[in-house]
Amino acid sequence: MAKKKELRIISPNGHLGFAPTKEESFWIGAATKPDYYCADSGSDDIGPVPLGADKCASHYDHQKHDLELMLIASREQNVPMIIGSAGDTGTNSRVDMYIEMIKDLAKKHNLKPFKLCYFYSEVDKTYIHDRMVNGDQIEGLNSRSNLTLEELEATDRIVAVAGVHPFIKCLEMGADVIIGGRSSDVAVFAAPAIYEGFPENLAYYLGKVLECASFCCEPYGAKESVIGTITDEDVKVTAMAPFQRCTIASVAGHAMYERTNPFYEYVAGGCMDMSECVYEQYDEKTCRITNPKFIPIEGPIKVKLEGSGRVGYRYMGMAGIRDPYSIKNIDKLIDWAKSQVVERHPEGGYELSYRIFGKNGVMGDLEPIKETKSHELLVLVEGVSKDKALAEEATLIGTRQIFYARLPEVKGTAGTAAFVLDEVTPISDAYTWTMDHTVAMDNVMDLFPCHEIIIDGTN
Amino acid sequence: MKTMKLVDLAKTIRSKNAGTDRITFDIIFREPETYELVKKSGVINRQFVLDLFGIPESRLADFVEFDPGYAIKFTINRLRPSGSFGEGDVFGCQQYPPLYDIEIPVPDDFKR
Repeated sequence: MAKKKELRIISPNGHLGFAPTKEESFWIGAATKPDYYCADSGSDDIGPVPLGADKCASHYDHQKHDLELMLIASREQNVPMIIGSAGDTGTNSRVDMYIEMIKDLAKKHNLKPFKLCYFYSEVDKTYIHDRMVNGDQIEGLNSRSNLTLEELEATDRIVAVAGVHPFIKCLEMGADVIIGGRSSDVAVFAAPAIYEGFPENLAYYLGKVLECASFCCEPYGAKESVIGTITDEDVKVTAMAPFQRCTIASVAGHAMYERTNPFYEYVAGGCMDMSECVYEQYDEKTCRITNPKFIPIEGPIKVKLEGSGRVGYRYMGMAGIRDPYSIKNIDKLIDWAKSQVVERHPEGGYELSYRIFGKNGVMGDLEPIKETKSHELLVLVEGVSKDKALAEEATLIGTRQIFYARLPEVKGTAGTAAFVLDEVTPISDAYTWTMDHTVAMDNVMDLFPCHEIIIDGTN
Repeated sequence: MKTMKLVDLAKTIRSKNAGTDRITFDIIFREPETYELVKKSGVINRQFVLDLFGIPESRLADFVEFDPGYAIKFTINRLRPSGSFGEGDVFGCQQYPPLYDIEIPVPDDFKR
């Protein structure tokens, strides 16, 4: 393969399928014939429910719409298309679902045979269990401590977050389309650049700047396409939407988005160091970046693991409060409602949560305003239990007893709560992030088995 | 010297998840002069963040002045992971408004 002088990658959507890709800027970008079409389709932003319950947060039609744009354009040009973190969570079932979508779309557009490579990234609990029993530490990220066997036991599903390795493997296998399991956003873009022979220092930064598509542009406008260009000397990023530009401020600003620290970011294989980056305005819509660094890890590669565990069945109820005396004594009122659930179920086995909108429903413990000034409040009650009937009953009592609260001076003795609906409703089961850890791998590809199929849309 | 509110000085004030266990806050300025002014005022620092949100030092994961982005950035640990039972802001994106009213001393003739 002769090395290209420059490589151009289009990023149409920072979380493919979460909201539909804007088509105008995509086709403006596609008309310039980029070398790769790449997007990440996942996030841990969406909370632990989709991973735990193995379902999508995104709408099926939006995912298929976005895949269709990329597939048509990339097959038309006969260049690769790469998707990471299929179906929000990157579980095996989501990878399979995306493959089915690609097959449907190939048929719909009568596409000539092409090679689809895919990899899974779910991790078997027994594998982690065995590693732990053998004395290996599953290290906690951020402020988490190392994984315990109890935490592992409480986990329903685990995905490993891929770096560039399985993507490069799929490219070596001759992939026209890659559907990846859970992946680091950065890897989706860095992998083709590394595969094409560009320096890691720049390739990882290219991934960093492209991962959220138009989030590195101004003015703000999501789901618009951007194109990143890498050479042996620099990375350039260009806004495709007519109303957007990539400026020094917008690109430098993006480096800090959703990250604890704007200078460093870890991926499977090493650490990106952006502390010495130099940003220049290259042309009206393009920012040029030089001098990013990538520091490869020494020894075994540490791969991030995300795990979600089911807590129980969950119900929700809502109560409105208007009486100023009740508002002033809201904490006592809630205590009354809680006490009535305890009276009925002293054995416990459930958990109740009250969020009081109008007081601190949004910020909870972080709310600096302690004095409630609202003339009305909305109390959102959530109840959870392993026992479905108990979850429902605890939530019902915990909500309805707001209506019967016994406050000594209340004058509205016909009911102390207004109900939009005098009922409680089942909502998604409660899950929690049980794992945000890393596992050290001698051979990182053990976690990401790669496969290939030929898809022929002509028969 | 007079004072101005941070909301009238910054281009962007936002909060967002940084992984499953943290919320990160970005205060971004359009002009380098405004950034330098706010940074040099020293008003926004680690202790200020702890006091504003009423949290112990152990919950402040990072505090950075990010010169290339004209930004002040800090990150706090959640009590429970995002989306856990009873949590109220799965994306962590509505935790920034208390930053709006921070008073920053500016020269009397300062105009943004």
